[in-house]
Amino acid sequence: MAIFEKFRGLEEVRAGLMKAGIDPFNITLEHIYSATEADIRGKRTILAGTNNYLGLTFDPECIEASCTAAQEQGTGTTGSRMANGTFAGHAALEKEFAAYYNRRGAIVFSTGYIANLAMLSTLAGPGDVILLDADSHASIYDGCRLGGAEVVRFRHNDPEDLEKRLRRLGDRASNTLIVVEGIYSMLGDIAPLADIAAIKKSYGAWLLVDEAHSLGILGDHGRGLAEEVGVEADVDFVVGTFSKSLGATGGYCVSDHPQLDAIRYAGRPYIFTASPSPSVIASTRKALEILQARPELRVQLWKNARSLYESLTDMGFTLGPQVSPVVAVRLEDKKQAFGAWMQLLEQGVYVNLVLPPAAPDGSALLRCSMSAAHTPEQIDRIVEAFSTLPNTAATSRTA
Amino acid sequence: MPEYNEILTEIYKVLTPFAKEDQPLGEESELVTDLGLDSMQVMRLLLEIEDHFDISIPINVLPDIRTVKDFAQQLEKILN
Repeated sequence: MAIFEKFRGLEEVRAGLMKAGIDPFNITLEHIYSATEADIRGKRTILAGTNNYLGLTFDPECIEASCTAAQEQGTGTTGSRMANGTFAGHAALEKEFAAYYNRRGAIVFSTGYIANLAMLSTLAGPGDVILLDADSHASIYDGCRLGGAEVVRFRHNDPEDLEKRLRRLGDRASNTLIVVEGIYSMLGDIAPLADIAAIKKSYGAWLLVDEAHSLGILGDHGRGLAEEVGVEADVDFVVGTFSKSLGATGGYCVSDHPQLDAIRYAGRPYIFTASPSPSVIASTRKALEILQARPELRVQLWKNARSLYESLTDMGFTLGPQVSPVVAVRLEDKKQAFGAWMQLLEQGVYVNLVLPPAAPDGSALLRCSMSAAHTPEQIDRIVEAFSTLPNTAATSRTA
Repeated sequence: MPEYNEILTEIYKVLTPFAKEDQPLGEESELVTDLGLDSMQVMRLLLEIEDHFDISIPINVLPDIRTVKDFAQQLEKILN
């Protein structure tokens, strides 16, 4: 039993949650009706925690492209690109990503997690330094751990602290890769990227921005925060995912540095993973087209996000610091958060329950992610569900 | 450059508000097991120490820090 000993604490927490008859971290969607509705525990439920920002998972063109690719190319690639070869769709999607970002090159990965794992573990090695925002996603931390670089955190969204740490590095600053996200996934707060890019330039460092939650959301063309604040030229590497705005599964990195291609030969998470399936590549290519051709989706998404953020603010909930498609309700207490989460689910609204340490600052979160596909009626129902939370939830309200 | 004992004194100073009230602090105190620090408290502790000594502590060293003594020794390496 010794190897299982480390799980004891985890099992106790899970057993506590299961007393309520449901594991909030292992929900089953029994029947999926659309980008915003599914059956959970036999009840038709509004999905308000699935990162389906543009609602493209049920787009008819994406579905058709996906079905056609499966029929013509089969269900899977059955291996890595190094061993089994590159399908034409992989190469085409890479060209399309590069063209979309006006970059020299792009690499497609099997998931967003793997994209960060590959880029961070390979770009920065022994003798190099990674300076990462303390609230970075687990895939960034794991990528750092897999590589051999020295890893230093700076305070979340704090350019002054970043600058201080670069100063401490002295000559090593030029061997330093700064890593930040566009929109942070838990609280939906946005990086002060213009300041960070200016600091990066002044110290001659390198900059990687994970735009997983900002692709299709920020910028005139939806390219993310770097486009929004006009610093694309200062960002050396943009990493992103297919699994949010693009409605599929996969990841990518774009860059102007010709050495990006070296990742294909040196990045273990790229080399030793099966490449994305033809159906995934096909739907992603179509979704990338739609993302560019239909900016009204982005407009609708922001309208929906503002609507929910303002309604919950008016009700007195403490939310993340700024409006974004991630609307996070902060609660002090884990039990209280679980009770509120259950209550929402019973009322047919699914959001994400986030407990420390996943939630920053030790708070618990009811994390909503809005979609362009949410209707005004669905948003009303989400707001109504929040309004009926019992007094335990109301105690966390600011007013 | 600060001596080991000076580093230790500073760690005790920063650690005291984090640690359980009834738990005596010593070089062999384990940060997690004895003092009951969770991962977020450990991170906050690092930030305070970093500010005090104007250094950055790479998170790569964390797996090697179990006790107050381990922490002091790592700081000594970084500072000297």
